[in-house]
Parts: sequence; C-alpha cells; structure tokens
Amino acid sequence: MSIDFCGIALRHPILNGSGTFDAIAARRAFGEALDEEFPFAAFVSKTITLTPRAGNPPPRLWEAQAGLVNSIGLPNKGLEHYMTEDLPELARLPVPLITNVMGSSAEEIAELLHACDTREEIAAVELNVSCPNVRTGLDIGADPAALERVLVEVRPALDKPLIVKLTPNCADVAECALAAEAGGADAVSLINTLRALALAPSANHAASPRPEPHLWLGGGSGGLSGAAVRPVALAQVAAVARRVSIPVIGMGGVSTATHAHDLLAAGASLVAVGTESFRDPRAASRIARELYASDLPG
Amino acid sequence: MSTRERSPLGREHPIAPFERRLLSITACERLGAYLVLEAHDPGGHRPAAGQFAMLAAAERWGAGEDDRPYLARAFSYARWHAGVAHFLLEDVGPGTHRLSELRKGDGLWLLGPLGRGFSKPGQGRRALLVGGGVGIAPLAIWQDELSAAGEQATVLLGFRDRSHAEGAALLEDALLASDDGSVGHHGLVTDLLSAELTRNPHATVYGCGPPAMLEAVRSLCATLGVPAQLALEAGMACGFGACFGCVVPARNGYLRVCVDGPVVDAEQLERVSQSTGAPL
Repeated sequence: MSIDFCGIALRHPILNGSGTFDAIAARRAFGEALDEEFPFAAFVSKTITLTPRAGNPPPRLWEAQAGLVNSIGLPNKGLEHYMTEDLPELARLPVPLITNVMGSSAEEIAELLHACDTREEIAAVELNVSCPNVRTGLDIGADPAALERVLVEVRPALDKPLIVKLTPNCADVAECALAAEAGGADAVSLINTLRALALAPSANHAASPRPEPHLWLGGGSGGLSGAAVRPVALAQVAAVARRVSIPVIGMGGVSTATHAHDLLAAGASLVAVGTESFRDPRAASRIARELYASDLPG
Repeated sequence: MSTRERSPLGREHPIAPFERRLLSITACERLGAYLVLEAHDPGGHRPAAGQFAMLAAAERWGAGEDDRPYLARAFSYARWHAGVAHFLLEDVGPGTHRLSELRKGDGLWLLGPLGRGFSKPGQGRRALLVGGGVGIAPLAIWQDELSAAGEQATVLLGFRDRSHAEGAALLEDALLASDDGSVGHHGLVTDLLSAELTRNPHATVYGCGPPAMLEAVRSLCATLGVPAQLALEAGMACGFGACFGCVVPARNGYLRVCVDGPVVDAEQLERVSQSTGAPL
C-alpha cells in the first residue's frame, strides 16, 4: 500500500511536524533501531536558514495545560552545513526527505529553494512563512497579498514540489492558503504553533495585586503546541481544505489515530505528529498502525 | 547493531531501546524529604552512571484534572540493581507530585537510558563526588560503579536540612553539610570540597546539584586546575534531542543537555547557567 503525495510515494499518511524530531540526534540516542523502525512516512527537517542561527536564550520551554509553549528560535547551522553535513546523514533514512526552509526576503528564499533543487536527496521543500519580512516586520505568511507576491517570485527556483507551511497567527488562514495556491504552492501544511506567552511563576500573588509581568521564556513570546491546540487545528484545516484544491497536510495536537482520522475527515491528505513525539518517540508508528487497523478511511 | 555511543569524555554509553516501556513499580519508599521510586525494567539494560530516563505515570498523566503533568520528566538513574531501576525524587511540582503518588503495581512509562554519563578519573586521580539535594542521585550509581571497579570515592553531600539529609543514605561514607547546621558542617558542600582539594588536589571532581552549587564547583576546580565533570539539569520536553528546549550556554554555543550531556566536562562551560531549571 502506498500513498501518492505530489508524486512522492509514501508508506502511510503520517509525517513529523518540522522541528519536532531530530533524526540525527535520535540516531545517537537510539542507534540503528531508528532507521529500522522509522516512525514517519517522510521526514521533514527542522527549519534551515541561509546563515547559522544560535536560537533563543533559555528558558525555551513552558508546560501549559495539555500543551507546551516553546520559544526555540529556529537554531540551525545554516544552509551550507545542512547541505554538506546533515543531508548525507538524513539520506540514510528509509523514507523521502522534505527540507523545511525559511528566508526573510524573496532573494533569500529563492537561494534556499535553488540549493534544495540541486540535491537529489531532497524530495520536496516546505517553506516556513512564519517569518517577519525584513522590510515590513510583518509575517510573510500572515498577509495573503505579500505571500502570493513572494511565492510568484521564488517559485521558478524550485522544480520539486513546494509545500507552504502556513501560520495560524493571521486573520483568515484560508485566504493565506488560497494565496499560497495562487503563488504556486503544490501543497499547504498547517497549523504551526499558536502565538503564546508564559509568565514566570509569582511567589506571592497577594503582595502585588498589579504585578509587572515577568516573561519566563528567554525569547520573550513563544508558540503553543500539543493536545491543547487540536480543536483549533481541526477548524483551520477544515477551513483551508474547503477552499483550496491542492493537498493539505494537517497537524496540531495529534496523539491518537482518532485525532489523525479527524484531520483526514476534515480534508487533510496527510497528517503530521509533533509534540506527541516528545512524549513517545514512536507515537507516529502507533498512530499509523492504528489508522490502518481500524476501518477508518485514509 | 550498535547499542553504545562514545562520548567526548571517552566513555562508551549504552543507548536506549527505541521505544518507551511500560514498567511496573516495585517499590516507592520514603527517604526523609525524598522518595525512592523503583521499577522493574526487564526490557532495559544497565545504564551508565549519569544517564537518565524520561518518566511518566501510565495513568492520569496529560489527560484529565487540569491536564498537567503533560510531558514526561527527566530523572537520573540513582541505582540499577538486578533489573530494577531506582530514581530519587522530591515532590515539588505537578510531575513529581504525580510520580510520588505511585504505589507498588502501578504503571510507569520509561524511555531510557538516555544521554551521556560520567567517565573514569584520569590516571592516578581519586574520584571526588560532590552532590547537593536531589542531585545526589547520579552520584549514588556512580559510586556503585566505581566501587565495583575497585575504586574508592570520596563523597561530599550538601542538603537544606535534616529531613533532606536523610537522602545521604543512598551513598556510602558521605561527609555532610547542611544549610541550617542540623547535620554535618554548617554551611555549603563546596566548603568541604575546598578543604578536600586543599588537602589533596590530585582528584577528578564529579558534581551534581543546584546551579549555584555547580557553578561554585566549576569555579573552584577551574581555579585549582582540577578536572571536573558536571551532571547538568534543564527542563526538557523529549530527552532525545528533538525539541531543542534543554539548551545551556557553553563556550561553543548552546549544548543540548539531553544528547550532549547531562554529564559535561566543566571546561566546556564558561559558567554554569543559573536559569535553565524550568518548573516542569
């Protein structure tokens, strides 16, 4: 049994969300068993940028009610390191590879896409558009007109399938998805984390009824993921799938086959698992197995 | 199939089976202010001292009540005896509170052993173990390993007060310090370390404890030119390098405590970060 996604053959419909599984680190932690029992039907890399990023200062995590607020800051060693050091390691995985990239201008994005186009190890590219535009300061992915403009400009740099990872932090995610489709995206993926804040614990609430907020996360604000966001993900995936004609990768709080099925029923073609992999590194295998064990479609 | 990984400290570590295992709690014993949780792990293998596991109760974890705890919690192995893993914990937050409710026969999810542990002292050096509070846990299994190899370790432990100091029973022949003077030296465990190193600096120091203590250990050892290995703690979501949440600043950028540690060579750090112990 195999699923066709933009011309890529997948064993089952479960991927990882970008930035929620580091296959190279996991190979160090679990050895060759990782490759023998790889949980995902395709591997999506963490976000790669043109130049290295250290990421945000700690603390980077805050446990919320049935969720996780993170402020990681997209640490990565840059495009060159990814191409020379990481890609050969990732190519050993038994599944197709999707490289996630982010740039702060059309020029940067085009350069990243072009670099990915030249490497046969990469099956498709996912573009993270939750990035402030260097000129306007607004997230490229939150403004449909700007998103379409950028995609039209960069799309010729890539012959491979292009997935646009939409931001949920916008006025109308379906409008953004339509803009991505019009700009040349072959698929869209959603949801990314919901913008969130965590305040440091206060020892004495009574002493200061109007306290100054003290931000917990080193990066200031963060993004919420995990079980808490699942109803939001379901709504956004359904809203997008109704409007676009390209495939949708749905994600957000999936921890069981029922959750995956819900997103498929809402119109997703594939489903990604993120935070649940932190709790159980083989959660995706379990979900894929249960999805097929039941009479659920997909 | 490779089942071991070599750390920069020169030690080979067992690597974890690629699945979390459902274990059965065999004992949950009170030890002063602490609890020692024991779980039979027939599918696991002996961890290297300093390695850790991600633990979560099989029931009432991430579903129901106020939905915390949600993520598994990282604990150093405190002992491994005949297929039974021992962990030391103190009830300080939603995760440790739920774990402290576990009783014999209850289910425990475990993923491990993870991370890099301690490495043997350099040629001719004695092992000097310095622990503070719940951070004594990895030093207990390290003392077990060293003594099985015929090496005697000097053990210095510091606690807040008498009830916490009962945790010292996990180790043998420990010299104690307490903040309130109720047990042993009235003051910091690093006072004891300073005296030991002044007496005989030919040692490798192994430290685990609160960040301020670890920084004092690092600073003292750096000043005296004594090698030190520090077992770090940081709030972590996964334990195997996926989330990038448990970083601490080091000389060459951020380290992930889970896969680059938890045991690091003190020289890798400019100083021990004081801000990474997330209230998970």
